[in-house]
Amino acid sequence: MPSFTPSDYSAILLSVRVAVVATLLSLPFGFIVAYLMTYRRFRGRVALDVIVNLPLTLPPVVVGYLLLLLLGRHGFVGKMILQPLGINLIFTWKAAVVATAVVGFPLMVRSIRIGMETIDVRLIQASRTLGAGWFDTIMTVIVPLSVRGLIAGSVLMFARGLGEFGATIIVAGNIPGVTQTIPLAIYEYVSSPGGDVMALSLCVVSVTISVLVLLFHEWLGRRMVRSD
Amino acid sequence: MELTVKVQKQFGTFFLDADFAIQGDQVGVFGPSGSGKSTLVSLIAGLRHPDRGFISLDGETLFDSDRGLHMPPEHRRIGMVFQRAHLFPHLSVRSNLLYGYKRCDPRYRKITLDTLVSVMQIGHLLDRGVRHLSGGEKQRVAIGRAVLSNPRLLLMDEPLSAVDDSLKFQIISYLKNTCEIFKIPYLFISHALLEMRIMTNRVLNVEEGRVTRQVTGEDLARERMKDAAGYMNLLRLTAPRRINNLYTYRWEDQELFISSGSPMDETIFEVSSTDIILFKRHPEAISARNLLKGTVVDIFETGTRMGVELKCGDGRLIAEIVKEAVDELELSKGVEIYAAIKAVAFRRLG
Repeated sequence: MPSFTPSDYSAILLSVRVAVVATLLSLPFGFIVAYLMTYRRFRGRVALDVIVNLPLTLPPVVVGYLLLLLLGRHGFVGKMILQPLGINLIFTWKAAVVATAVVGFPLMVRSIRIGMETIDVRLIQASRTLGAGWFDTIMTVIVPLSVRGLIAGSVLMFARGLGEFGATIIVAGNIPGVTQTIPLAIYEYVSSPGGDVMALSLCVVSVTISVLVLLFHEWLGRRMVRSD
Repeated sequence: MELTVKVQKQFGTFFLDADFAIQGDQVGVFGPSGSGKSTLVSLIAGLRHPDRGFISLDGETLFDSDRGLHMPPEHRRIGMVFQRAHLFPHLSVRSNLLYGYKRCDPRYRKITLDTLVSVMQIGHLLDRGVRHLSGGEKQRVAIGRAVLSNPRLLLMDEPLSAVDDSLKFQIISYLKNTCEIFKIPYLFISHALLEMRIMTNRVLNVEEGRVTRQVTGEDLARERMKDAAGYMNLLRLTAPRRINNLYTYRWEDQELFISSGSPMDETIFEVSSTDIILFKRHPEAISARNLLKGTVVDIFETGTRMGVELKCGDGRLIAEIVKEAVDELELSKGVEIYAAIKAVAFRRLG
């Protein structure tokens, strides 16, 4: 086993950190969007559905480039919101979080929705007639019964986040020790002569993390079945 | 309970147009499937919005399209029991029961968990998860959950349709007794006439999205005799005693012999109008185990046959015989006759 350089270790840590932060940040939004899509009938529902799912069909590079245009110094969000607040996202690890969140978001929403759609609408009606308002019903009926979907969505997004490459390299760049995640580090090793062994080592790390995450998901799923 | 409803609701090709005012504590909503009963109930509960109209309960307006008023379901204090139990699967029986109670304004909390548990005899279920309950237990907990939310009106949307026949009548008496003990008025929705007759004393008849009239379950049962469907006498019998292969029961001030008895204190039995044989004079010896002396209080046509209503002591029975028999027995109002019923003719409900 070759020894990892400090920047390799930071790439591994950064990968995990970006995926975790992106997942946690997306979770409430994912829940809200899934809730709206499942239970509410409103104008623009189809448009919301298309926008949320767009990153699933677009090449990640395109998503990254659009984010760059949007969040960059001359972009709408960058100029109107981020700059006045003194925030610079582009080419920082936070940009990698945004890219990962956007690319993984449709997967998360889909998983939560699948969970939510299995909730019998009569349970929601029962809670309303028992005196619970809609927010109370969300917190005491819909959230607990969506837990599986929330977990599945989180795991999927985390796993997708670990592998995020195209969008990240465009908005966050490939700066060792700063924005370089495992896939970016592998890319760099592969494209430099003699880096094959290191690339393979990082692949092993990547596979290990993925397997651990999937095992964790499986274990959680089994535990929930038993407690049913 | 005083309920006034005047609402319209379009649902695809189905149009509900209900206009009625009703008073009473045990009200039925009767009609075939697809007649709009469930829609009507969901409008009263506030789970759906009418297109226009007005709903008030005990003088309080729940919905008024002219004033743009729509009280949300959680503020209406109208409990609901559905076709299936719909218990919260992530909560224990106790937490299910307390779900509505915790959300009920303390000044309305008259029924507590302890009294409910003792009346409904569900103490042994409290700490179980709801997945491990039988169908009947689930429905009992669902009824308890709605009752414990201390509603001013309980809506029951075909609460027995998903329950086995053998359990149905146990749950019926359970429902009725619980609501009577806690004085909760209810609206009972069903397409089953028998359930209507046991559960209600006033019935809203719903046909094709309209409340066509207000009747009683008894009225409906007599009308049905015209379709040659016969008539079921419903007898609430008490104090069973086992004598050899038979049971004796008290029925009002009479005693009846029945073969399919049970040790339960109170049981409802049905006996068909066509299973009652009438005699002009006392037949000295017959095989039927029950011979009741009665007075004819009414004779009416039921299409091809005649219905004869008898007053036997404090109880009433309807027998159905052919026209020729009425003439031969010289039946008219006030005439005393004997009615014979076989012990096997009684069918136990529950």
